[in-house]
Amino acid sequence: MLEIRGLSAAIDDKPILQGIDLTVPQGEVHAIMGPNGSGKSTLAYVLSGRDDYAVTGGTATFNGHDLLAMEPEERAAAGVFLAFQYPVELPGVGNASFLRTALNAQRRSRGESELDAVQFLKLARAETKRLAMPDDMLRRNVNVGFSGGEKKRNEVLQMAILRPKLAILDETDSGLDIDALKIVARGVNELRGPEFSALVITHYQRLLDHIVPDRVHVLAGGRIIRSGGPELAHELEAKGYAEMVAEAA
Amino acid sequence: MTAPVQTGIGGFLSRFERLRERLPGDPRQRLAAADAFRRAGLPGAAAGRREEAWKYTSLRPVADAEFQQSVTPLTSGSAVLERLPRIDAPRIVLVDGVFDPALSTLPASVTFTRFADQPAFGTLARPNSEPLVALNTMLAEDGVSLAVSEGVDAGLLLLVSLATNGAAFHPRHAIQLAQGARLTLLELSVGDGAYLHNPVIEVHVAEHAALTHVRLQNESPDAFHLSTLYAEVAERGTYDSFALNVGARIVRTEVHARLDGEKGTTHLNGAQLLGGSQHADFTTVVQHVAPSCTSRQTVKNVLAGRAQGVFQGRIEVAREAQKTDGYQMNQALLLSPDAEIDTKPELEIFADDVKCSHGATVGELDADQLFYLRSRGIPDAEARSILVRAFLAEALDAVAHEQVRALLEQAVEGWWERQAA
Repeated sequence: MLEIRGLSAAIDDKPILQGIDLTVPQGEVHAIMGPNGSGKSTLAYVLSGRDDYAVTGGTATFNGHDLLAMEPEERAAAGVFLAFQYPVELPGVGNASFLRTALNAQRRSRGESELDAVQFLKLARAETKRLAMPDDMLRRNVNVGFSGGEKKRNEVLQMAILRPKLAILDETDSGLDIDALKIVARGVNELRGPEFSALVITHYQRLLDHIVPDRVHVLAGGRIIRSGGPELAHELEAKGYAEMVAEAA
Repeated sequence: MTAPVQTGIGGFLSRFERLRERLPGDPRQRLAAADAFRRAGLPGAAAGRREEAWKYTSLRPVADAEFQQSVTPLTSGSAVLERLPRIDAPRIVLVDGVFDPALSTLPASVTFTRFADQPAFGTLARPNSEPLVALNTMLAEDGVSLAVSEGVDAGLLLLVSLATNGAAFHPRHAIQLAQGARLTLLELSVGDGAYLHNPVIEVHVAEHAALTHVRLQNESPDAFHLSTLYAEVAERGTYDSFALNVGARIVRTEVHARLDGEKGTTHLNGAQLLGGSQHADFTTVVQHVAPSCTSRQTVKNVLAGRAQGVFQGRIEVAREAQKTDGYQMNQALLLSPDAEIDTKPELEIFADDVKCSHGATVGELDADQLFYLRSRGIPDAEARSILVRAFLAEALDAVAHEQVRALLEQAVEGWWERQAA
């Protein structure tokens, strides 16, 4: 279970998150929607440990771990996964070796045995196939020369292989055509289960037709201004952010 | 009672005086070199003298160091023996610059002679303009001469230098490839303690011949490694070199490559991994004398601690050398705020139809890349190591021989572990 209490964060002394309260029970998928600049990506980065944000107040715990006190790699090993809005290119680093290093680092820190190259490739090939991705995705350098859609699919592939307990998807739908969107949604839906939670950050309701959330939260001005069931996303789509923000004020 | 050890220019000159009767080869060349060395001294050693070719590197610490004056090298039972690479190929081993037959397995397809037996100072080296070459010419006691006959592919050969504490040695090597010959030479320099390794190498590549020269300098952290190489490449010949500098306290890798025949090629690539207060200077001069030749230089520096990397690259294109294709790139990754890189590219072009370019980049590890790796569960130190290796990957991938590349990767890994420790 993810529990966020009064979380505030700033970048370069500019406050962005201004007291977030949010609980995602184990096994649930929650959506966070909000206009540009509302703090959606900041929330994702703060939860995954990016250090250019200063946490100025509040707490965030995941399954009892004090997330804010942990290094990014420790959060990953505890099961937190961030699907980046802008996946980073790593020239000179092969995708397969990157994934295997990541998986084995997590397994090692959990006291599990590491996978050798053969075991890993078997697993990775199965996942690429399941997600209808070309095999050569594993052979290429991480995200180098990938199209926007391929980069997002590569994030989903990583998620499928690393099997997180909490996935934070930061606008994973942006720049995707409908086919890629379906692949991404399938990747998430296949992980759904009692052990898996997700925070799906999106600007549009479109993704939520494919990943149906248990709860929807609206983030504006660094605060959650409304929460509700999946129908809230439709209401938002009909009204627009401006009206909802005005209502909440 | 022992006399104080004489250091610096005087120390080297008095050693020459004591040895000169016994030194092999033409005594007049020795004397001329001694005169040149007396005039030039060691770059940076005398206050107020600054030579352009040594703008960023001072050999003052070499002048101040004490070296043993014994002629007979120490051998056997030394820990450096364990540094001999386990690669299935013939090898020529020198201990403190002197050929060691017991440690060597001679190649079948390369003609090998010792400098001590057949001393020749070659035709390319210039003791009058390079002080280290003057020092070498004055004091060289041994070295290897390798020749590959016409059309022969000699495969891989190792040339290993093992050094011991206190030694100062100046081996003189010559490599000749006849028409259409091929050789991959792995030159490995290792040792223990404080010593000076000052080799001069002369390379002749005939028409259609190709020398691949991989150099792994992994000397002891207290050593000085100052090498000067001259290469001459004939029509459609190739001198392809890659030098990895990970060891030694002060390093100079100086290469003069001359493209003498049409459509010759040279690659003077390198990587320098430096930490602590290491200083490594990579200086190249490529002379395009004939038309339609290609030269490539990519030198990558990874600098930690207070290390200083230097790249001086000069491309000279003669009036006749039309259709020259020259490229030079120096890249530095600074892992610490106290590390330093100095770059001095020079293009001197007298032909009018040429393609020559140079570039330089300096940067730190990318914060976005580092966070991306860590967010996947990869610990900080491992993530940094992955990014450093990625920076070097392009350079190392160009080394085609698998076992040789593996040896280089192992040296990179070893360097990284020393930095992390």
